[in-house]
Amino acid sequence: MTDAVRTQALVKAFGHTRALDGLDLTVRTGEVHGFLGPNGAGKTTTIRILLGLMRADAGTARLLGGDPWHDATALHRRLAYVPGDVTLWPNLSGGEVIDLLGRLRGGLDTQRRADLLERFDLDPRKKARTYSKGNRQKVALIAALASDVELLLLDEPTSGLDPLMENVFREVIREEQQRVGRTVLLSSHILAEVEALCDRVTIIRSGRTVESGSLAELRHLTRTSIQAELAGPPSGLDDVPGVHNLHIEGSRVRFDVDTNGLDAALRHLTAVGVRSLISQPPTLEELFLRHYQQTQAAEERPSELSR
Amino acid sequence: MNTLTGTGKLVRLILRRDRLLMPLWILFIGVVPISYASTFATLYPTAAARQQFASISAPNATFVALYGRLYGSSLGELVTWRAGFIPVIIGLISLLTVIRHTRVEEESGRRELIGSTVAGRNAGLAAALIATFGADLVLAALLALVMMGQHLPAAGSLSLGLEFAAAGWVFAAIGGVAAQLTDGAGGARGIGISVLGAAYLLRVGGDLSAQSGGAFSWLSWLSPIGWVQRIRPYGGDRWPIVVLVAGMSAVIAAAAFAVSARRDVGAGLLPTRPGPDSAAPYLRTPLALAWRLHRGLLASWTAGLAVVGVVLGGVANGIGNLLQGNRSLEDLFTRMGGRSGIINAYLAGMMSLLALLAAAYAIQATLRLRSEETSGRAEPVLATAVGRLQWASSHLVFSILGSAAVLLGAGLTTGLTYGLASGHPGRELLRVLGAAMVQVPAVWVLAAVAVALVGLLPRFAVASWGALALCLLFGLVGAALQLSHWLLDISPFSHIPKVPGAAVSVTPLLRLLAIAVALGVGGLIGLRNRDIPIT
Repeated sequence: MTDAVRTQALVKAFGHTRALDGLDLTVRTGEVHGFLGPNGAGKTTTIRILLGLMRADAGTARLLGGDPWHDATALHRRLAYVPGDVTLWPNLSGGEVIDLLGRLRGGLDTQRRADLLERFDLDPRKKARTYSKGNRQKVALIAALASDVELLLLDEPTSGLDPLMENVFREVIREEQQRVGRTVLLSSHILAEVEALCDRVTIIRSGRTVESGSLAELRHLTRTSIQAELAGPPSGLDDVPGVHNLHIEGSRVRFDVDTNGLDAALRHLTAVGVRSLISQPPTLEELFLRHYQQTQAAEERPSELSR
Repeated sequence: MNTLTGTGKLVRLILRRDRLLMPLWILFIGVVPISYASTFATLYPTAAARQQFASISAPNATFVALYGRLYGSSLGELVTWRAGFIPVIIGLISLLTVIRHTRVEEESGRRELIGSTVAGRNAGLAAALIATFGADLVLAALLALVMMGQHLPAAGSLSLGLEFAAAGWVFAAIGGVAAQLTDGAGGARGIGISVLGAAYLLRVGGDLSAQSGGAFSWLSWLSPIGWVQRIRPYGGDRWPIVVLVAGMSAVIAAAAFAVSARRDVGAGLLPTRPGPDSAAPYLRTPLALAWRLHRGLLASWTAGLAVVGVVLGGVANGIGNLLQGNRSLEDLFTRMGGRSGIINAYLAGMMSLLALLAAAYAIQATLRLRSEETSGRAEPVLATAVGRLQWASSHLVFSILGSAAVLLGAGLTTGLTYGLASGHPGRELLRVLGAAMVQVPAVWVLAAVAVALVGLLPRFAVASWGALALCLLFGLVGAALQLSHWLLDISPFSHIPKVPGAAVSVTPLLRLLAIAVALGVGGLIGLRNRDIPIT
């Protein structure tokens, strides 16, 4: 089975700024892939290259087995795209825009359209001019989700949606996962969303891939936070490899531990005797923050790339 | 009054944002009447000559419709009469300025941003009205000084200035009301322009009736345009009417504030009509989408130029009549080919004017490509099975065929009205129509310049308007400034045969077409190969 998306060492410069600087991204067919990065990391530029709207300066990109630039219109029949900042034609109604975009793509599932309109609670009769940002986003989402396509390219699709609608969005994407062969590339900077939905994740920064893998693999790279109340004061914990931020107040102890040091640390605790234990599983957020704080400190220039 | 807090700051913001536009239109309108004064002074140097001109022109129905009634024959009165359409233009500019700084701001969400700061809820409307009233007043002062500089009486010059300003005030206030009514700027403009159009038509109806001693002369008194013309600069200077119009503007502005107090930010007083919940079956191609986006623009340009054509065609026959009894003019025009020669020259000149307007439409339609791109609306379309060239050509259909249709409509109405007035409708219609259509290649060259810029230098696409401005400049004043020939030849319009009258040669037309095709193809190749969007 071929990958739905595969880019290697993509480079794209706008004037003096390098928006992409050797980006690798692989999305397997049938998976929901999280594409994470802070604003300006190059997510939108990558998606635009995948759509054949922009041409990479170097590197290769393959999409659904074709060349995104040369086979653009043929490939576009098989995908649907939701831009990050949806602007619509002010004098068309939401329903008209949904139908139009669906038809331009090659067809729309009317049953699914009606279903999505209801679930996203969107009034299709309103003129696009009167929609809020969230409602414009819904129009583009419904148009994409009601299309019968193999690949969904969603660029920060929930920006502007309220928490209730974010939930609906997650439900709908989970349903998409059930459909065989439907692939989703979900760009986002909302980690909870990515953790909830994605099978695999690629994290980028300043146009470069910094981590890529399944959530389980990535969690290995993160630390578990432990809070425990012990029978007596612990000893020797700070010698255990992988333990960080250790705080001891009498018999109470608080620390973070790398996944591979977890076992040794817990042995130390049980040796003293555990009265209560709170363990917080590693979150992507922590990994994410650690990556950015580190690299940001290393490089003095903050990332200010647009697009 | 804390609803007005921050008005001063907003006035300064408006003045800063309009620091180019406002001085430009004030200056332009302020100096145009100079040319009227100098033309009348040169062509009709004596009181007797002016008297004769006035006695021929005053009863001419087309002139009454276009400029208003001519009350006397002094130089000042002639200039005022000739400038009779300018109050309509000032009204239009004032109306649009107020809407631009109120409803457009609100629609774009910037009003909310400002409303959340310390500005009071009426500050935006107050600032827009103050800035526009002020600009109209500056125009009045400039015009009064300029007219005094032409050795016209001071009192009359001042009242002419105030006539213009008063027209601006009324329609600024009407714009203020219109901006409260709809939730879209387009709708507000539509309402304001309809009121302006109705005011103009009432004035025309009343004045025509008065001219023929009819019973409907009171219609003019229903129209703000009619009021300000009854100030009669240089012919009585009726100051009370200035006070009346100023008071009327204040009342209308107060109404705008009253409406503004009754509605929410972002909403209009009139409900928005909902659209269809699903698209009509035809809305399935990029061309159908382009039709939805362009049809309003195309319809208003076609209608606007058709109306201009009616006026131009109606005046044409009168141009011939003006020769009667003026020896020196008759001699001059005999050299130009006599009565038919002068009408032909007039028609040819008007056709190139219409062509420049059609080119403005063509450029505006072409630049839709660019605004679709920069606004982000092109992206979702290009991410479907629609190719770039298909997308571009769906819009270019309107700049190419649409501009030809606009010219066709204007040619039809010009030819028809002139033909009916001259008594040879069939023959004249064909002649004038031909003269209109012969302009098409030059219009297409300008459209193609815009295509080339959009495709190859997208960030400079706005420079298309510069190209049009150059053509306009060369066309209007090139000969007068005695610019060198090769410079004038840059304008595609200087290669169009001067028909009706001159012989039509096909070579320059084919050459223009070739240039248009080359520029257009170059632009499309650029568009096909570049990144989208470039912002």
